[in-house]
Amino acid sequence: MADMGVRGIGPSHEAAFEEAALAMCATITDPALIRPDILVEVDCDATEDEFLLVDWLNALICEMSSRRMIFSKFKVTISGGHLHGQAWGEVADPQRHHPAVEIKGATLTELKVSRSPEGIWTAQCVVDV
Amino acid sequence: MDLNRFTRKSDTEWWIQPTGKMRVPGVIFATEQLVQEMDDKVYEQVSNVATLPGIVKASFAMPDAHWGYGFPIGGVAAFDPDQGGIISAGGVGFDVSCGVRTLTTGLTLGEIALYKEQLAHTLSRAIPAGVGSTGRLHLDDEQMTAMLRGGAQWAVHQGYGHVQDLERIEEHGRMSGAKPEHVSPQARKRMRDEVGTLGSGNHYLELQLVAEVYDDQKAAAFGIRANDVVVSIHCGSRGLGHQIGTEFLREMAQAAPSYNIELPDRELACAPIRSPLGERYLGAMRAAINCALANRQVLTHLTRQAFEEIFPDAEVNLLYDVSHNTCKLESHQVDGHKADLFVHRKGATRAFGPQMPELPEAYSHAGQPVLIGGTMGTASYILAGTAESEGKAFSSACHGAGRSMSRHAATKQWSGRRLVDELAQQGIIVKSPSLRGVAEEAPGAYKDVNAVVDATDEAHLAHKVAKLLPLVVIKG
Repeated sequence: MADMGVRGIGPSHEAAFEEAALAMCATITDPALIRPDILVEVDCDATEDEFLLVDWLNALICEMSSRRMIFSKFKVTISGGHLHGQAWGEVADPQRHHPAVEIKGATLTELKVSRSPEGIWTAQCVVDV
Repeated sequence: MDLNRFTRKSDTEWWIQPTGKMRVPGVIFATEQLVQEMDDKVYEQVSNVATLPGIVKASFAMPDAHWGYGFPIGGVAAFDPDQGGIISAGGVGFDVSCGVRTLTTGLTLGEIALYKEQLAHTLSRAIPAGVGSTGRLHLDDEQMTAMLRGGAQWAVHQGYGHVQDLERIEEHGRMSGAKPEHVSPQARKRMRDEVGTLGSGNHYLELQLVAEVYDDQKAAAFGIRANDVVVSIHCGSRGLGHQIGTEFLREMAQAAPSYNIELPDRELACAPIRSPLGERYLGAMRAAINCALANRQVLTHLTRQAFEEIFPDAEVNLLYDVSHNTCKLESHQVDGHKADLFVHRKGATRAFGPQMPELPEAYSHAGQPVLIGGTMGTASYILAGTAESEGKAFSSACHGAGRSMSRHAATKQWSGRRLVDELAQQGIIVKSPSLRGVAEEAPGAYKDVNAVVDATDEAHLAHKVAKLLPLVVIKG
């Protein structure tokens, strides 16, 4: 159980993906501590919504890992199986951020992207930390 | 779990009879109490693994088994390539070749007592740990390829450690068959600055006391005595292994139908060993094993330098290095015949018995050291592989305590600051950049490692040699 479940809920597909990313980064530290100073952009393609969510989260994990960054603000646009994401954050500072864990990967466990009859979107999965 | 669901073969062996699409039985090695404490997901996951093509003998779970992604943590399963056997990214795990290595120091508790605080400080400065930390090495693409091919042998050639270290590492420090060309640019990018870093989560470096010796002869062969001080390092292949796991899990999950593999759970993602995808994963996964071996080798070098500052004459020697998230090609006896099998151990340790040719000569009579990590406030153990283990679960044993509580629940229950203070009162110095990380790793969030190790010993998976207690803990 070296894991955390993350769930984004929003009025649109994109908003749920943005919230899921925020929930994932909250497993590292309080996002309020992260200054959204640096913009990083990612692109993903998948024919299924669920794989698109996993790809989006894993793209962020890869960027955070290789740039030593933590993100706190997100903007997503999705069109025809293509996701363009923007993430803002800063380089991790252990003194200020006290990051608890680094995330290894977003998994296929509890992976779900759905829309309720009321039009509310949910995007969720378990991340391995 | 409900014990009535099992056929009890002995006090420590519980069988799940094959039903439905299970090709072989499931076998859990644990005491009655440990089985009762396991959640039902373990039963389901052990059964699911038993449905995979080419599985041989049984789907096994060790005494520390708990819920994992697809395969349970503590799962062992061997596959025969001649019978359509598969290789699974989910069966290895995200942290490829995560493992433990233990170093002897030649020092006793009495000799370090006055310097414990200084050692803790020096080690915490020397060992890069935690989110965002970087190592001393910064590899370009060519150096990365050499590291992925050479493992700990590469690290030693770069000046990190001694040639004698290599015989005390599984595969002599270098996993053959690694294919760095199958490691993606993203995985390489994540690893560029991470060689020689500890990471975070449950990874640690501990200064430990040999508190109790159960088998004098084997302990002597391993170079330890009661009251000795040793160092144990727990970490893996860092961002590179995580990225390889992520990429292949996704690719295998999507490709499974094209290989006519029916997955009861997407996380069981796999491909035939003899398929382009299976071979690509095997080559990349072996490169990640080399990455983990190189990483622990560089950390060993940093540890030796830290000791040298305080104890210039100390001889810090490698006792052994085990990996507990792997898939390896091994020869095993199946129904009286030798078979070459791909053995997945996910949160399980190889535990070769005496006389196995893979062992260093010094351990030939004692068996392979099996290094079991505890938590920052509880014991770790050194065991030895037994001859009986081969007939049990392809010479495999447990790997640690295993979590019993989620990280979130742990932070609700414990305060990191209070834990550090309480452990200090017990004589354990904890150095960590994150108090929340400490709370998430609270000893109470784990199963009782003593019970897990006793069950491992009782089931003859491995034999207890020594108990280690933490003195200094460096956490990420």
